[in-house]
Amino acid sequence: MKSLSEIETTSKRASRAAGFSWGIAEEVGKCIRLLELFGLPGIKNLNEYLDNREIENFETLFSISKNNKSSAKFFCPINLGVNFLDQVKKLEKFNNISFEKIAYPILLIPFLSRSSEIVGKRISFNFDENNFLLNFNINISSNFLKKEFPSVAKSVEINFLENEDSFSNKDWSSLYALSEDTFVEETDSLKQGAAGAGLTDND
Amino acid sequence: MKVALRSPNTIMKLSRLGSFHQSKLSFLRSFLSEFKDWEYERNLFDLDKDGFGVAIYSFKKRDRVYSLICFANKISDNERSDRVIATKWDAAFTLHDGIPNKKDIERLKKEVPRQEVGRLSYKELTLSRANKSVRVFDHVVKCLSNGEQPDLNLLEKVGYLYRTTAVYGSGKFGLADRFRIKNRAEINGPFRLEMMLVYLVRQFTFDQVNHVAKNKNPKKAVKLDLKICKNLGIGNSTGLGMAPFIVNHPTLLNNWILCRETALKKIREIKKVKESDSKLFKECVKNSIKNIISWNTESEYQLKKIRDLSKDVDRFITFLEKNFDFKKDYPFNEIYIWLEKETCDECIEYIVSIMMEPYSDIVQPLVKKMSSEEEKYFNIPTDRTVEELKTILEKKYPDILTINFSNKQNFKKFWFISKNKEEPRIADRFEEHGSDLEQPLAIARDIKELYDKLLLSKNSLTIDEFLIDNSDLRHVVRRAFIIEKFPYSEIQDNTISENTVPIDMLRLKLSFFGALKFDPRSDKWLRICMFQGAPLPHELKNYDEHWVYKS
Repeated sequence: MKSLSEIETTSKRASRAAGFSWGIAEEVGKCIRLLELFGLPGIKNLNEYLDNREIENFETLFSISKNNKSSAKFFCPINLGVNFLDQVKKLEKFNNISFEKIAYPILLIPFLSRSSEIVGKRISFNFDENNFLLNFNINISSNFLKKEFPSVAKSVEINFLENEDSFSNKDWSSLYALSEDTFVEETDSLKQGAAGAGLTDND
Repeated sequence: MKVALRSPNTIMKLSRLGSFHQSKLSFLRSFLSEFKDWEYERNLFDLDKDGFGVAIYSFKKRDRVYSLICFANKISDNERSDRVIATKWDAAFTLHDGIPNKKDIERLKKEVPRQEVGRLSYKELTLSRANKSVRVFDHVVKCLSNGEQPDLNLLEKVGYLYRTTAVYGSGKFGLADRFRIKNRAEINGPFRLEMMLVYLVRQFTFDQVNHVAKNKNPKKAVKLDLKICKNLGIGNSTGLGMAPFIVNHPTLLNNWILCRETALKKIREIKKVKESDSKLFKECVKNSIKNIISWNTESEYQLKKIRDLSKDVDRFITFLEKNFDFKKDYPFNEIYIWLEKETCDECIEYIVSIMMEPYSDIVQPLVKKMSSEEEKYFNIPTDRTVEELKTILEKKYPDILTINFSNKQNFKKFWFISKNKEEPRIADRFEEHGSDLEQPLAIARDIKELYDKLLLSKNSLTIDEFLIDNSDLRHVVRRAFIIEKFPYSEIQDNTISENTVPIDMLRLKLSFFGALKFDPRSDKWLRICMFQGAPLPHELKNYDEHWVYKS
């Protein structure tokens, strides 16, 4: 088994060898490490992406907007990922962002995961009926169970999710009421003696 | 009285970093302190009459066990090499997490002796190999088997029976990643498991030499005297592999240096020094002369440094005895000011290390702060502006910004990774090929280039906008925002100049390991000694923590 340290170093060096700057290669190394840590096929997809990079000549997008359409070519996931990460505080205001045609969409996921941590919001990443929920760079949940990750995503939607409860008030109240059974009902004597402060603070 | 931390622009120069010495903060000393109450055991010692076979040593506390597995192999003299090109060694070692079962030992027997081309698993924590100092080992075997103790002069000159040529950890060759073990309290300090490996290897070398001598002459052989054992350490040959580490781990480097600087500051701020503390300090300084006198090297570069050190320490002792009163206020501050004025870098840093000896209460809390959660500082704060970044560079890299990189001698060297051994190397970019594959270790040059680009950019531009057109400088933009928070994270010097002495970078790291007696064999590699004078395993429960100055 390869260690995550080996995965990061080799991904970084391979990305540099493929023509990325050292700074971008460092980002790629970190992201492939994250994918493999989360149990997603990072090495396999990075390898395929780097193999096809020169042939496909993927499209770069420097300034991301709310709706992003590529020309005939597919967007480069590394370029998109790095720019998404760099611009995430500006992009957050859009709430949702769409892209048409991204190559090797799995490679975008760790950049979105890190972005989720930076803005402190969950990010959902949906394409062609595949859904991923990126939880503050702590974990990723998904309905995606197939082993073979698609090499292209035709229609992509990214949403910044507001920090809201995932449960109803009724569920919360019910659970809270049960939790109150660990508290002690205060008698007058306990009210007077069990806390440090006085009963009035008008001094 | 408040004393300021020393300026990074002074301390982080290569010549100063290359004058650092071991101290109470050093990792081998903090390892001993942490593991002193663990149960030490030799679990297996299955060597043949010539000393070849398997041995296992362990440290245990409650349900946690760390086991060193040693494989001693027969090699011919012409196969023995300390260089990284070697493929066979006298012994190979791995530190296993837990108690190895038979299957583990069989697996490791195939992999560990192969070192870099073998594969380890997440159950192994560190990996190393070592060669005998044949001259010393054979001499000791001969003497012991004849019922005599070895020649102390020879032993003193070398200082060890074996020297390691690499110690690997943190995910190399399939070893466990640090994240798997980082929450264990006992290894809350850098390189602690590497230190454990080296310490247990030291004991193996004593057991092996006794075993071989005994088998050679069972009736007459005696064991190596424990006092002699104690004064032997483990040698280490170290090359450029260590140099990039300190550039590639800026927050870790900061934490090491910051702890040292904080200790010094706090000691200088002590108003009244207890008599027992001043006595201990003076005793350590005087005793340390032995360490200087027995410091052997053929390197002219190091010999000069040792001569200067020896002369300055002598002058310092005279100053202490004749002109200095420890009863005055803030005595260590006065001593430090005297050292800065009167002595060389080597001596200043030597005495700074010794100043820590009486102050466990200051040093121990700092030991816990020497690791780093590096991932936390990886993201670039891209919403900051060009103006802010420019200010950071001006404040944090003042001397680097004055280097003229159009002058050939200032970028004569380049760092690269060799294809055959995957190890860092340094070469002349105008005489050798390969500079197009240069590693990102020329931080001073790239910071200067970043600054020049920033000067041409709009102040209000945000960093994400700046990076769109300057992706090639992304690695140094990241570093600049790190140094803003971590003042000692960068070497404030040019690592590719004609005059760069790479061993200064090695020496810095080795001093934090706790190495003694740096012996440069060229400007690119050196030999050192570790654990010389350290307590033996059976003495750990009650040892003198100032052993470095009392051996």
